[in-house]
Amino acid sequence: MIQRLRSIIRKEFIQIRRDPRTLGLIIIIPVMQLFLLGYAATNDIRNVAMAVYDLDKSEESRSLVQAYSNAEYFQVIEYVSSEEELQTLIEYGDARVGLLIPPDYSHDLNAGQTAQIGFVIDGSDPSIAKTALSSAQLIGQAYGASIQEERLVRNGMGGINFQPVEVRTQVWYNPTLEDAYFMVPGIVGMVLFTLTSMVTANSIVRERERGTIEQLIVTPIRPWEMVLGKMVPYVILAFINTGEVLLIGSLWFGVPIRGSLLLVFGLSGVFLMTSLGIGLLASTIASTQQEAMMIVYMIFLPSVFLSGFFFPIQAMPKVLQWISYGIPLRYYMSIIRALLLKGVGLPAIQTDVTLLALFGLGLLIIASVRFRKRLD
Amino acid sequence: MIETVVRTDQLTKRFGEFTAVDAVSFAIKSGEIVGYLGPNGSGKTTTIRMLLGLLLPTSGEAEVLGYNIRTDPEPIRRKSGYMSQRFALYDDLTVWENLQFYAGVYAVTDEAHLKATLDRVGMRKQAREMAKDLPVGWRQRLALAAAIVHQPQLLFLDEPTSGVDPLARRVFWDLIYELVDEGITALVTTHFMDEAEYCQRVGIMRRGQLLAMDTPERLKRDVLDGQAWDVSAKPALRAISVLEQVPGVHRVGLSGDHLRVIAAKVVRKSVLVQVLRSAGLDGIAVSPTSPGLEDVFLSLSLD
Repeated sequence: MIQRLRSIIRKEFIQIRRDPRTLGLIIIIPVMQLFLLGYAATNDIRNVAMAVYDLDKSEESRSLVQAYSNAEYFQVIEYVSSEEELQTLIEYGDARVGLLIPPDYSHDLNAGQTAQIGFVIDGSDPSIAKTALSSAQLIGQAYGASIQEERLVRNGMGGINFQPVEVRTQVWYNPTLEDAYFMVPGIVGMVLFTLTSMVTANSIVRERERGTIEQLIVTPIRPWEMVLGKMVPYVILAFINTGEVLLIGSLWFGVPIRGSLLLVFGLSGVFLMTSLGIGLLASTIASTQQEAMMIVYMIFLPSVFLSGFFFPIQAMPKVLQWISYGIPLRYYMSIIRALLLKGVGLPAIQTDVTLLALFGLGLLIIASVRFRKRLD
Repeated sequence: MIETVVRTDQLTKRFGEFTAVDAVSFAIKSGEIVGYLGPNGSGKTTTIRMLLGLLLPTSGEAEVLGYNIRTDPEPIRRKSGYMSQRFALYDDLTVWENLQFYAGVYAVTDEAHLKATLDRVGMRKQAREMAKDLPVGWRQRLALAAAIVHQPQLLFLDEPTSGVDPLARRVFWDLIYELVDEGITALVTTHFMDEAEYCQRVGIMRRGQLLAMDTPERLKRDVLDGQAWDVSAKPALRAISVLEQVPGVHRVGLSGDHLRVIAAKVVRKSVLVQVLRSAGLDGIAVSPTSPGLEDVFLSLSLD
């Protein structure tokens, strides 16, 4: 039994070694995903192009524009002299937001009245628009408050904290709300899922395409030996990938690893059972490598979207939330995020871990049963 | 010692409406080389796959090496060697690694034995070559080496010589004879008539049915109810249509540069010559000949 298993594992390793291009992809893809998603898939806004239509042209209006551009969120790219010009800039996408300062801005401000300013946002990308909107309001309020304070000081009422309510907010675990913190643990899950499920499905379907599976079936190899023997090399590769993503994630993106690494790898192993199971199941259905890819991809897409990788599950319609319970990646996402960012121990995530383990066992059992030693 | 190693009884396999193997019954004794002759799609591969437990029969029974193919395929597989039509080799492994892998899954690890197996198929020098770089003839021999590395009692060879040049085919058959001399039993499928002549017994398959199984000599004597003639006449196509009209002629076909006629024993040489002459054909020559398996096969296919 050990001999048979060893033979299969050795053969798989030789085959992996003989295909340096695939091996290279396996090593490089996670790094690529990490950098792409770590930087590109972000809701942070920075340097949003802003056009300014200043009708007041006073010292006060210039200091307001300064307040906006100081905050790094916005970058003034152009001063326009008509509303049409502003519109064109936004239509062509040269500017995303427009700041409108009415002619009586400084007059109202100095008269102690509420001065109004206009803020136009290109809403075609809602996520940028929302963040830009809230930043614009925050900056405006802060600026208004500072003017008010200044005025009160001038009137001899400085130092009095006149704000009736003060809301102190505190953000835990990811105080600067860095998207990378959220993304990197998710990428670990995605990489493990794609690598193991696609590669296992392919490596088995390839045996079928070449006709070697028929030869393997007439040997004394047992189905589980075959499954295990094929899995071991890819599990090792997947763990190397995990280490790789975690290393770059923490060194480059500064993602904290607060929980125990042993738990991270151990529970990643549990998750691997589910993605290997999916890969195996796909291989029992598919007869060509393309088909296997399509099947895995069919599972992969909803997994990514419903696992909470990009979008919070709580915000989804009820039906999708129910469906998400059937997606193993969902449990792993919340486990790995909790482990890395919150540094929790096993008790805090035991429900997710239990469900994930059940999924893994179930999938592997179904796959092994379907993986019979027959051709029909 | 005469021991039955394969026995099938009304073995049948249907794929939907299609009957691939239709109530096939035969027996193979220890130490025999049995050929399984038939065109592609006649059910040869399906029969072998059932005997190895790769496919479940739709009906009928079979025992291989004393084990039931439905309930007990594992011991059959352990004691049998199987060389499939496609030479199941790993292209990205070397000759040695391929052999080592297949040996390993049978728990054979003795390197000396692996080397001896490579020697036996004459591939010691190729040990380090990648399987994908081997010519077909070598691939075939490596596949045989992989099939016998665990010293099976029974060998199933499915079209082992398809796509291989005549010389390599000859060498391959010599190897099979050697193995059989050492006590192995072999079931070999082929669609080459000349190869079937090498076998001790030949089964003839057509559309899933086993039409006959016997020694080549007896098949020629018993199945072929008549005499074979080599006939020359020009033009050949006219000659065929003329001869086909003669009562008692079973079959007229081209065989190289002449015609081959199978006719009932009552049809005499003089009758054939007379018919051709009166049709005004030239270069007429008629001589009796010994029938080949092809004649047997074709005359069976007529019924």
